[in-house]
Amino acid sequence: MTDHPSDALVVEDIHMAYGDVRAVNGVSFSVRQGEFFGILGPNGAGKTTTLEISEGLRKPDAGSVRLLGESPWPRNVRLLPRIGVQLQASAFFEKLTAREQLETFGDLYGCPPGRAMEMLEMVGLAEKANTPDNKLSGGQRQRLSIACALVHDPDIVFLDEPTAGLDPQSRRNLWDVLREIKARGKTIIYTTHYMDEAETLCDRVAIMDHGKILALDAPAALVRDLDAATRVSLTPGILPEEEARRLPGAESVDTDEISLTITTRTPAPVLTALAERQALDGLQVRTATLEDVFLELTGREYRA
Amino acid sequence: MTVTNEDVGQQARTETPSSSHSFKALSRAAFKGFIRDRATLFWTILFPLMFLVIFGLLFNDGGENKTELGVVGDGPVITALEKTGAVEITEFDSQDAALTAVQEGDVPGYVAVDGDTVTVRYAASNQASAGVINGLVDGVVNNANMQAANVQPRFTVDAQQVEDSSLEPIQYLTPGLLAWAVAMGAVFGSALTLVVWRKNQVLRRLRLAPVSPLAILSSRLTVSIGIAFVQAFVFIALALLPVFGLQLSGQWYLAVPLVALGTLAFFAIGMLVGSFSKTEESASGAANLVVLPMAFLSGSFFPIDQTPEWLQAVSMVLPMRHLNDGLSAVLVRGQGLEAILLPCGVLIAFAVVVGFIASRVFTWDDA
Ligand SMILES: Nc1ncnc2c1ncn2[C@@H]1O[C@H](COP(=O)(O)OP(=O)(O)O)[C@@H](O)[C@H]1O
Ligand SMILES: [Mg+2]
Repeated sequence: MTDHPSDALVVEDIHMAYGDVRAVNGVSFSVRQGEFFGILGPNGAGKTTTLEISEGLRKPDAGSVRLLGESPWPRNVRLLPRIGVQLQASAFFEKLTAREQLETFGDLYGCPPGRAMEMLEMVGLAEKANTPDNKLSGGQRQRLSIACALVHDPDIVFLDEPTAGLDPQSRRNLWDVLREIKARGKTIIYTTHYMDEAETLCDRVAIMDHGKILALDAPAALVRDLDAATRVSLTPGILPEEEARRLPGAESVDTDEISLTITTRTPAPVLTALAERQALDGLQVRTATLEDVFLELTGREYRA
Repeated sequence: MTVTNEDVGQQARTETPSSSHSFKALSRAAFKGFIRDRATLFWTILFPLMFLVIFGLLFNDGGENKTELGVVGDGPVITALEKTGAVEITEFDSQDAALTAVQEGDVPGYVAVDGDTVTVRYAASNQASAGVINGLVDGVVNNANMQAANVQPRFTVDAQQVEDSSLEPIQYLTPGLLAWAVAMGAVFGSALTLVVWRKNQVLRRLRLAPVSPLAILSSRLTVSIGIAFVQAFVFIALALLPVFGLQLSGQWYLAVPLVALGTLAFFAIGMLVGSFSKTEESASGAANLVVLPMAFLSGSFFPIDQTPEWLQAVSMVLPMRHLNDGLSAVLVRGQGLEAILLPCGVLIAFAVVVGFIASRVFTWDDA
């Protein structure tokens, strides 16, 4: 792997076993500055372990890590002010309010007073400033935890499953926060087991399973390389099945009570033909996703 | 390698983080965590105070142990007995009633005066009280006889009270229970903080922040010492109330270094307990296992000189024994600086040795 000067993180062939469990088994990747990098995989894939080794929380059994050009292990105090970390389980001081948590973490990094409120506003928790951490909802805790990771304005941010266990609305809110951080020029390295989310947010994703990286690229490139068929669905009865089969580029047609589905590798002519026939009722176009990539790579359905 | 910071917003890190910053922030966090936790407040402040109140009231009624004595009739002998101040008199209407009371164990004996006859009956089971009663009645009757016969006594006894080493209950209960309370607060404070911070990942998070382990440790220790001073103040203030009647000696301020060093020693013990415990339950169990027997063996709840010699010797290896000795020397026995030198030395030695072991077995996380 080439060590590019603008790489924020370079991980080379790291291994880590807990007893018999090979949690990470030869992982290499590098993250450019300003990149939004996702590590994607089902539970137990080795995402947290990979992240913790990159942060310097764990020493790998083998392999090397360069974080901002330095080794994060053993505890590298010079690096610490430049990295921000949200651990998988949120780490809060007992009995402190949201604002006090941020003030405490801020003071540890020598942040000016007032920074805490600024961060609360950024993650949309300003009105929860005086709420103790145990009275916050799951999504609010995650946002507070992210704010604590960002309070000292680090160059690199590590987030471990920031959206896990949240309802769809909270997840969307968090996406906005993450995009905002990215817009500030931060390098973000984050893990998730939501395929759709990684696809939306990440510049590049590494798909992990059983301690190994199976594929690493931009989500769109991964999907494109899959060369999977596109599925075009319509309200049944709007077009006779026979006619659908004869559309240019149609590979196969299935009908059930809910929809008539045309499978094609060239969706453009199919859609044009449908438009000419005014047969667009209930139109849904489903292209391949990262889930299909996972299925292709592992031979099994993706289950987070 | 250089990294350009493209953040256009306000620069967050205006100054390099200093230890004093971290120390203050963590002390504040630990202090707030402590005073907002009702359970901890109860166990460290109120619970030991309850012991002081209960023991103080139980052992303090009347202060002295007087022998009870039943009397029947009246006259100069009875009056003289009352004046000795050594017996607590219960009056009975008849000798039969008094005899029944003795037989039932309500009083250890009775004295009946009928004209010139003085009758004494006492319970066979209580030789000590019998001796006191016999001696007293003999003396009083002899005096009365001499006065009646107009004889000048040949021998006179000059008796005066001398302060001895045994103390009023409140005088040993206050330093003893205070030592126990300080030890409990310090052990629980450090052990539980360590376990909770390891469990809720705060320790790992702190490991990723530019903060020295020394700042983490000293901030929590400072809070513990502050709590110990509050405990000492509340304890002594309560014991000084007239109901309890503590007599504080003039050198009480020498308790300040003792309380601080006692907290230090027990804080170190708590660190060790916290290093070995995975859960809060096991930590508080282990802390109780260390502190409670130590308090009994060190004489926190009763005077140590009432225990067997060998136990007194063994208890010299316990830090709480020395904290007890030091506190009682300066709080109630009126001893000076020389009396706290050994206790302070022992407490410092304990803190250093136990603290060293604790730092060896310390882990940031439980993985
Ligand atoms: N502290 C640990 N002790 C033992 N096994 C562990 C520990 N942490 C993780 N593992 C195991 O290592 C594997 C990878 O875990 P992890 O890195 O947490 O995966 P992910 O974050 O993708 O869910 C899993 O099989 C997990 O059970
Ligand atoms: Mg994980």
